[in-house]
Amino acid sequence: MAKENETILQLINVNKEFDGSVVVDNFNLDVKKGEFVTFLGPSGCGKTTTLRMIAGLEMPTSGQILLNGKDIAQLPPHKRPLNTVFQRYALFPHLDVYDNIAFGLKLKRIPYEYTDKNGNKKEKLRKYTREEIDAKISKALKIVDLEGFEMRDVATLSGGQQQRVAIARAIVNEPEILLLDEPLGALDLKMRKEMQLELKEMHKKLGITFIYVTHDQEEALTMSDRIVVIEDGIIQQIGTPMDIYNEPSNAFVADFIGESNIYVGTMIDKLKVHFLGANWDCIDDFPLNEKVDVVVRPEDIIIKKPNEGKVKAKIVNKIFKGIHFQFTAMVGNNEVLIQSTVDHPVGEEISLSIDPDLIQIMHREYTTNIYNDAYIDKNNNVVFAGATWEVDVCQLVEGSSLDEKGYLITKEGKKYDLSDLDVIATVEMKDIDISDNLEEGNITGKIIQMVWIGDHYQLVVRTEDEEDFVLETEYTWNELDTVSVIIKKENIKLKLKADLADYEI
Amino acid sequence: MVKNEKLKVVLARVVLFFVLFLMYLPILVLIVFSFTKSTELGTWTGFSLQLYKDLFENKSLMRAIGNTLLIALVSALVSTILGTLGAVGTFYTKKRAKKSIETMTQLPVVNAEIVMALSLAVLFKAVNASYTFLTLLVGHVVLTVAFVYLNVKPRLVKMDSSIYEAALDLGATPRVALFKIILPEILPGIFSGFLISITLSLDDFVITQYLKEPSFETISTYIQKIVVKHPIPAEVRALTTLLFLVVLGMVIAITIYNNKKANKQLSAMNAKMRGVIK
Repeated sequence: MAKENETILQLINVNKEFDGSVVVDNFNLDVKKGEFVTFLGPSGCGKTTTLRMIAGLEMPTSGQILLNGKDIAQLPPHKRPLNTVFQRYALFPHLDVYDNIAFGLKLKRIPYEYTDKNGNKKEKLRKYTREEIDAKISKALKIVDLEGFEMRDVATLSGGQQQRVAIARAIVNEPEILLLDEPLGALDLKMRKEMQLELKEMHKKLGITFIYVTHDQEEALTMSDRIVVIEDGIIQQIGTPMDIYNEPSNAFVADFIGESNIYVGTMIDKLKVHFLGANWDCIDDFPLNEKVDVVVRPEDIIIKKPNEGKVKAKIVNKIFKGIHFQFTAMVGNNEVLIQSTVDHPVGEEISLSIDPDLIQIMHREYTTNIYNDAYIDKNNNVVFAGATWEVDVCQLVEGSSLDEKGYLITKEGKKYDLSDLDVIATVEMKDIDISDNLEEGNITGKIIQMVWIGDHYQLVVRTEDEEDFVLETEYTWNELDTVSVIIKKENIKLKLKADLADYEI
Repeated sequence: MVKNEKLKVVLARVVLFFVLFLMYLPILVLIVFSFTKSTELGTWTGFSLQLYKDLFENKSLMRAIGNTLLIALVSALVSTILGTLGAVGTFYTKKRAKKSIETMTQLPVVNAEIVMALSLAVLFKAVNASYTFLTLLVGHVVLTVAFVYLNVKPRLVKMDSSIYEAALDLGATPRVALFKIILPEILPGIFSGFLISITLSLDDFVITQYLKEPSFETISTYIQKIVVKHPIPAEVRALTTLLFLVVLGMVIAITIYNNKKANKQLSAMNAKMRGVIK
């Protein structure tokens, strides 16, 4: 029996690139024996690619994958003691249930000891006998609740039954780790909930390590021992479901896991944060005056009579959700999502209060856009993020101006040729505009992330060259929209990076 | 009203059968006149199996038939192997390469046969190769391989592409996965590709004429050679009848096979539906 807390799988600095774009970025993870680990993230975040690298269906560009301490990163899939349950089952249509499940067993060779003529003990490989295979298959079918289905044609099975056959086909090989790639994605809601519990039960009974991939946060919270939240190929947070829900490490995780209110706040005193127009006590210690992201779960906001709570609010919307009501209230310009079992009419004036330990404060991931590798071109424009932008270069030296040839003249009368000058360009998030007219801006990109923060969205627009623009907007866009990026000349701040004296003429 | 409808249906039937009748009339006439002795087409001199006897006694014609079947079978076999491997290979390559390969395979399908024949002939001349069975085989493979590809490809597209990966995952080597999982799935496509290759090769004239060894005759080149100086030999009528019957038998067999499979699928689907309702 394996020792408790023994590491079975280690991913060390695993990277994967497809045609130059990074899909999985420096992935590090230890998986303990018998654990149920879930990779959670939106589609295209790299979670399936990571799973496929563990299975051997994809080779990492760099990095190590250690199984029981041995590197298997370059091993072909058929030599790995792991089995996968695929998204769309991937059953073999020309084989019946029995032969589908037997496929792996028939290929397997097991060592056995025998005594040769000279009485020496030797080891040989042999196939499973028919009886052994029969026994294993009926046991596997019992585990997935499909006893007596051996001779059925897989095409005659329902989606749920096909999924059970796919699971049986994988677990019958007694893999060290069972990999599940969104296995319940094709099932309807009720069936999915049932299968979630059954899978969890199966995990307990079999004692096999499960690595599960899903984009469904509820599924992840229900089933996992540990959740790995992935966004854009990067691990955002690793933790137990409770950790991740209660202590999200950044606004993305908070937004992705469950419903949440996210605001920009400022630390105004020790353990005091300002947001929603009021000062709140909190339990997270951050430096004074630092801008922070504040997350409050809708169920943690208490509705009180006017003047009894901290801030005044007005209910503007109400949805009945079965076990609770979901209210939208306005505090000034900020929207607040509230869940409560007590009914309130729309239009009611209320006030809100929040327990200090339910206010989650996080570092702001993005505060401003900084481009460290910017430079000035021949026409006194600045080049960064793969595009050329008009800019006021005179800000580099106070009181300077440009002459008719485009040279910078300082107060003291010194003359500089700025072309190829390295600078740092800074653009505030609120100063970047986007447009769906692709001709309007200097460069186009895709919206890869969108988080609602109180009274505005925070978007990340990524260009084809993987340059990011983080911006604030009050308008609603859709993720994966292609937009063009517009920055006004006066909003680009430049700072010298090189010594200006080298450019004097 | 009802009467009118009925009349329409009857009329439609009549037109349909009339057109079908016209289409098959020449073949019917040929078949009927293959059972008479007269060498002159269109004169009935009483029932006789003489032409069939002549057919099997005509040594050069029999040799031509043998050659035709030989080249058809060998070229279809080669094409089937190459076309199938090609289709599987392209199916699992990257998108861009796939696109260009696919376009290239379409070309021989729409290309005029004479162009293919001439270019191959020029090519063989250029490398100073003498015309042999091998050059003829190359010609027929070039003619038919694209059709195998086009028959296999839809089966691959219909197949769940992850079953190959599932096989690898369960411990199969790539070769085992190909033979045990992919091939059974695309077998119907391979089979129909093979049949089409045989058919194309059987009645090919242009490529054969250009690329064959001078002394090597197939049915089409043999008849062509004779009609230049003589009337068509009467026993060809018997040959055509036999060919027609063979093809007819093949078509009927394939139809029955397909119907049976469709029925099986239908009942499988019904069973599934019943399961859902339950």
